[in-house]
Amino acid sequence: MNVLNFVQAFFGDSAHWHGYDGIPSRFLEHVRYTLLALAAAAAIGLPVGLLTGHTGRGGNAIAVVANAARALPSFGLLVLSVLLIGFGLLPVMIPLVVLAVPPILVTTYEAVRTVDPAPVDAARGMGMGESRILFRVEVPVALPLILSGLRSAAVQIVSTATIAAYVSLGGLGRYVIDGLYQRDYEKVVGGATLVAVLALITLALFWAVGRFAVSPGVRRR
Amino acid sequence: MIRIDSVTKRYPDGTVAVDRLSLEIPDRSITVLVGPSGCGKTTTLRMINRMVEPTEGTILLDGEDVQRQPVTALRRSMGYVIQNAGLFQHRTIADNIATVPRLLGWGKRRARERAAELMERVGLDASLAGRYPYQLSGGQQQRVGVARALAADPPVLLMDEPFSAVDPVVRKGLQDELLRIQDELGKTIVFVTHDIDEAVKLGTMVAVLREGGRLAQYAPPAELLSDPADAFVEDFLGADRGIRRLSFFTSDALELTTDAVIPADAPAERLAAAEAPYLLVTDAEGRPLGWRERGSDGGRLLSHGRPFRPGTDSLRAALDCAVLSPTGWAVAVDADGRVTGVVSQQTIGEAIRAAHSRAEPDPDPDPARGEDEKVAG
Repeated sequence: MNVLNFVQAFFGDSAHWHGYDGIPSRFLEHVRYTLLALAAAAAIGLPVGLLTGHTGRGGNAIAVVANAARALPSFGLLVLSVLLIGFGLLPVMIPLVVLAVPPILVTTYEAVRTVDPAPVDAARGMGMGESRILFRVEVPVALPLILSGLRSAAVQIVSTATIAAYVSLGGLGRYVIDGLYQRDYEKVVGGATLVAVLALITLALFWAVGRFAVSPGVRRR
Repeated sequence: MIRIDSVTKRYPDGTVAVDRLSLEIPDRSITVLVGPSGCGKTTTLRMINRMVEPTEGTILLDGEDVQRQPVTALRRSMGYVIQNAGLFQHRTIADNIATVPRLLGWGKRRARERAAELMERVGLDASLAGRYPYQLSGGQQQRVGVARALAADPPVLLMDEPFSAVDPVVRKGLQDELLRIQDELGKTIVFVTHDIDEAVKLGTMVAVLREGGRLAQYAPPAELLSDPADAFVEDFLGADRGIRRLSFFTSDALELTTDAVIPADAPAERLAAAEAPYLLVTDAEGRPLGWRERGSDGGRLLSHGRPFRPGTDSLRAALDCAVLSPTGWAVAVDADGRVTGVVSQQTIGEAIRAAHSRAEPDPDPDPARGEDEKVAG
């Protein structure tokens, strides 16, 4: 198998494990981009999703915005932001955030909106305030779905953050883009493998958070 | 006391859910709002704790307008029970019950102790405290719902079709439990249902509402059954209201006879001497074994049906026993199940007529009899 040979060669080369272009530092750069973009997208998507889901209003507007955002090509957006802003971290963050907001926003909205209305009615009837109803009654029940929105956003950011290398930034995309340019397919396959590994780690992390944060009464286990 | 004073709820689209409704809900009793769907019974209930705000009119709680009271404090002072219980599935049973005490700022320990106390009161096993709602049956969940509403010991309990979603056997258990709890606690309960039987069983007072949110009749259940205000109420009560009304008459005045009761080991002369067409055979302890046809060899006894307990059971239960019995005679037993006598359909019929004339000192007894005949036919 060609690909397996490439992978073996890439990871077997000790030169790839040191220095600013080594696997550890590229990996950490990639993780940093991902966390930054995910945090920014969550800061936008979660509050809006929670509020609209709780009130049940604004669902149509959300669908329109989300669909429009999904239609934007990340690569095109990256080139456009670099042209407008110049090189740096910000123009890379823009397409990543635009990519990640819709899944977070839409699933959070849907998750909160579809919570069984009976406990919400009971909570209101017992004299709970609206914010307490949202955070103590609706969110705990909606949490598995909200986490799944964050998870798919995170995985999409991990895979798309490779484009940062195209505008002279680091991250695991460096190997893919440099490898293509240098016709070093060992590097391309190695970089792609690392991106896939990071995506799998992300999935595992979300699984662990779900186990820890979701009540057994909601998990039903 | 809760006073609903010419309250109207009109929605922006013009629908009138409640139309100039006035009701005085007495303290420490169960007041049932009953009616077909769309009669505004739930809306009325929800206006008491301001889940719905009235368009016109006022609702007074102990003389104070509920609309002038802070909404959260008002709601925390009233227990609220809904259909399907509406439990918080992410919280344990004990934490569900402790909701309002925690909202009121009670310490964790005190709230937990209170939850344990209430679980016992509503008949839930203490071992369920750490379970989650999905692990409980529908009936158990509804008990938790009632316990949760009682947690902060509110004087008022609002119950919106609490027992509608459980099967009839469980529902009967929950109804009996509610009556027992009410005997112990004496809350002011407003209870919404679409089930007239439930209304008659639970209500001290029953308000029958009709479509468009208008009050059709407000009366104690016995009066509702004997004197429905109009054709709507009569129709809503159903075809067998005459029979159901018998639930309100005691059976302790029934004249029992023991002539036809014989022990299984009675001597043959006694059997021969008996005049009744059927003889009730009892075992050595005096419990009924079955009916023996006079002249038969006694090898096969006829079923004695379900006996009734004079005093505890109503005339309805006695009549039911007689109707179900193959001999037309009902068997009366004491608390231990020992036969105290038997009574014929005719005797029960006379007792019913006597009870009717006592209930309504009407000079003309014919309408009452006419009613019975109509029901029987």
